[in-house]
Amino acid sequence: MAKQKLNEQNFEKATKEYQPKPPYLMNMLKAFIVGGIICVLGELLSEMYIHWFDFKEENAGNPTVATLIFFSALATGLGVYDRLGQFAGAGSAVPVTGFANSVTSAALEHKSEGFVLGVATNLFKLAGSVIVFGVVSAYLLGILRYVCTQLF
Amino acid sequence: MNFVWAFVVGGGICVIGQILLDYFKLTPAHVMSSFVVAGAVLDTFDLYDNLIDFAGAGATVPITSFGHSLMHGAMKEAEEHGVIGVAVGMFGLTSAGIASAILFGFLIAVFFKPKG
Repeated sequence: MAKQKLNEQNFEKATKEYQPKPPYLMNMLKAFIVGGIICVLGELLSEMYIHWFDFKEENAGNPTVATLIFFSALATGLGVYDRLGQFAGAGSAVPVTGFANSVTSAALEHKSEGFVLGVATNLFKLAGSVIVFGVVSAYLLGILRYVCTQLF
Repeated sequence: MNFVWAFVVGGGICVIGQILLDYFKLTPAHVMSSFVVAGAVLDTFDLYDNLIDFAGAGATVPITSFGHSLMHGAMKEAEEHGVIGVAVGMFGLTSAGIASAILFGFLIAVFFKPKG
């Protein structure tokens, strides 16, 4: 009994030695390069929207994000984005393209269950947490900030 | 020069995400949620706008800017309508991103077959 308890307590420590260590630096380098490239593409798109489509610097972000989401959804449909994700880790998950990838891949995965119960129901299965936490934090902080600006 | 800073800052934010994944063993969903909250917190103190001025798409493309845009839209309407404005303006700036994610996500699911 005592032995089992000891094992349970030390389980994490005991197994840690046998788990493969992730190549920290290599993963960080990959994430940096891929994430950087996606952001450069975004910069390219927003310059394009500013120069050719009369967007201003403040609102060029909207069409840029929409375009990136389109390409990312397409790449997910073609199965390319998931391969990129295996290589880049956070480099492809953190940009807004990763958000689109999680929406599209959840929808594709449940396609066999039909369009209403499969695709539409599961669309935000993975990305929902981002929206929920974003809205809850922005709501609470927004009210807090509004009250503070009114008081002081 | 815009492109260099977009690369460095955007890549840097992704490296922070990778450290959270590898070193702190968070799941990608946890990383993305934390980043959105971080973006909202930074915008509460008007810090994220400085980063956007400096890095352009390097700051607007990572998911942190989603939290920033939610907060920004909320505060814009709050100036006019008070506390109710926080709810009115919440999705004011992010609607392009969410609407296109829903549309393209759905269309791709209709026209493509799942791989693997």
